[in-house]
Amino acid sequence: MIKVVLPELGEGIQKATVSYWYFKENDQVGEKDDLVELTTDKATFNLPSPCKGRISEIMYREGDTVEPGQILAVIEEN
Amino acid sequence: MKQFSVLDLGLVDFDLAYAKQKEIHSAVKSRLQESTLIICSHHPVITLGRQGKEENILADLAQLQNIKVRKIERGGDITYHGPGQITCYPIFDLNCFKKDIHWFLRGLEEAVINFLTGLNIAGQRQPGLSGVWIRERKIASLGISIKNWITFHGISLNIKRNDLGNFKLIRPCGMDVEMTCAEEYLGRDISIEEIKECLVSKFKEHLTPGRIGSAGVRLLREEALV
Repeated sequence: MIKVVLPELGEGIQKATVSYWYFKENDQVGEKDDLVELTTDKATFNLPSPCKGRISEIMYREGDTVEPGQILAVIEEN
Repeated sequence: MKQFSVLDLGLVDFDLAYAKQKEIHSAVKSRLQESTLIICSHHPVITLGRQGKEENILADLAQLQNIKVRKIERGGDITYHGPGQITCYPIFDLNCFKKDIHWFLRGLEEAVINFLTGLNIAGQRQPGLSGVWIRERKIASLGISIKNWITFHGISLNIKRNDLGNFKLIRPCGMDVEMTCAEEYLGRDISIEEIKECLVSKFKEHLTPGRIGSAGVRLLREEALV
């Protein structure tokens, strides 16, 4: 199981909004595929998948606010 | 290693420049091309970023006849681009600069503020707001996207007085804000061609890998050289 964690986005950026999931639970993803788009005030940031596998859990929905360090999804590596 | 290269597209349709951004982004990601700063001006176009709300378009259909409207993936609300602006699209691999969105956005603003200082125009930031301002009037707007820590979209600086009217077709950035341009403060006409080189030099001053203090980022930069 690989946990997808929101990294630090920059000094003073303490939250972001989940704006778009490119996949849904149980979908297969490839390493470095765009996984989720997050939005801050003037930037959108795409978080790539850290591995190839099946998305077993998505922890936050589009519109939710998240913070660096939080787990956004869990991927079952294959 | 060069800091970044510069591609001047001149006056170009927004869709063509957008396609070029995507092409360069892909090449930078594949390490086939170095970070690149696209500079250009656009035929009239209104773009809505991820926070863009259509109610911020104030124009009626007749007024929009010759103006394209595009929804794009950058951050921010709504803006207008026209031939009286310089629009800069830095497609920068932040792995080689600094993986910090705040640093990058402030660097774009600093480059423009410093450029305006050279024209004796006192640009500044407004607390809590993005872009470059002259008191309560906005002269430059920004909105970016980042994929794989490689940036695209960017910042637009208003230069020509005769292109400001189209901002009245929208609520810029979703706010009731008055827009301004460099010519309004210079009191004379200025050609976009004559100032491009200077603006690019300010990007080189303010967005430089040499300003990075973190060893981690230096390591990433060395990896990128392999």
